[in-house]
Amino acid sequence: MKNEGLFNYLLRLADTNLILGHRLSEWCGHAPYLEEDIAMANIALDMIGQANALFQYAAKTEAKGRTEDDLAYMRNEREFVNTLLSEQPNGDFAMTIVRQFLSDVFDFHFYESLKSSKDEMLSALAVKGHKEVTYHLRHTTAWMERLGDGTEESHSRLQKALNELWCYTDDLFELNEGDKRLVKEGIAVDPASIQNAWIKTVDDVLAKAKLVKPAGVWQQKGSREGIHSEHLGFLLAEMQHLHRAYPQAQW
Amino acid sequence: MTTAFPILLSEEEIRKLLSTIPDPEIPVITISDLGVLRQIQWNGDELEVSITPTYSGCPAMKMIEQDILALLKEKGIEKAKVVLVYSPAWTTDWISAEAKEKLRVYGIAPPQHTSVDKGALIGKPKHLACPRCKSEHVEMISQFGSTACKALYKCLDCLEPFDYFKCI
Ligand SMILES: [Zn+2]
Repeated sequence: MKNEGLFNYLLRLADTNLILGHRLSEWCGHAPYLEEDIAMANIALDMIGQANALFQYAAKTEAKGRTEDDLAYMRNEREFVNTLLSEQPNGDFAMTIVRQFLSDVFDFHFYESLKSSKDEMLSALAVKGHKEVTYHLRHTTAWMERLGDGTEESHSRLQKALNELWCYTDDLFELNEGDKRLVKEGIAVDPASIQNAWIKTVDDVLAKAKLVKPAGVWQQKGSREGIHSEHLGFLLAEMQHLHRAYPQAQW
Repeated sequence: MTTAFPILLSEEEIRKLLSTIPDPEIPVITISDLGVLRQIQWNGDELEVSITPTYSGCPAMKMIEQDILALLKEKGIEKAKVVLVYSPAWTTDWISAEAKEKLRVYGIAPPQHTSVDKGALIGKPKHLACPRCKSEHVEMISQFGSTACKALYKCLDCLEPFDYFKCI
């Protein structure tokens, strides 16, 4: 396939948005209080909406007659290329906030850079995505500072979540051979080019939140090649069940 | 209304027609007021209407698409499709002054122009007033309101909560 590199790159972005959006949607009806429940659902909707647009574009790029639903619901675990961070379970509220914060900082700098992609559609989606993630990041930053610099209990929970999730942060910056070609063509973002900005934003917030950045943590990678943690399979089983059991289901 | 022979309306006439469709979630303004309705174009005998999403995950887009197709069908235009466009990205600056006043009367504090206050996207917007008593003595409850495009505020004078249409 001529556009295989682009197709696979689009899946990386779409899968990450879908999986993290799905994780957030698991909070619906369970968040600590009503306004937070609404905020989580709104952020989840933005991410799933972005995934939808990316899947549509991927389906068009592939041009094999698959639809966005086929790509979301009919692929198996090893075909998913979302980041390891996005698939980690919600845990307690601290875990969810740290996961979302680390991801929002990445998306914020990523979309900023993707705006100048030579691919018109990617650039347009990046402009939109950047506006939205600016709100998401503001929300998670506020929680990081409030809980990190809060009570002893909230601080220790946040620090624990940070320590547990840190091993998935290098994986955010992985790229495969196809991505490297797209970077050369000015279509994809070289993750290395935004890594310093990511570190700086994270450091600034951690300092304000009185949290300590984990050091010397062994890094788990592999998602760019479809190698996942044990959690993704369970997530997909739940997310894909209805569509696979009732392929014609409509509402 | 059914007509045996479809009357082909001009692009301008169709724009006028579709401009009457209310936004599904804020029915006091139309999809045209909101800036969601973009191009209208005949490609041979097929009509193509482009719309742009306010927010990526806005669930109203599907409904707007259905409303457009239903209204066109009613006017005898069966061969039509609605396409989503992403560029240029939707901005609250496309909401007309009249539409902003309609929002205020409806109880939603309208967005200011993004150029008025660049910090509006992330900080507290300047001169945000309660849509009921116009007091600027207000406080944000949550950045995320009843729909993706709104934040939740409360007025510290009349004590009523209200939605603020976020600048984007
Ligand atoms: Zn008031």
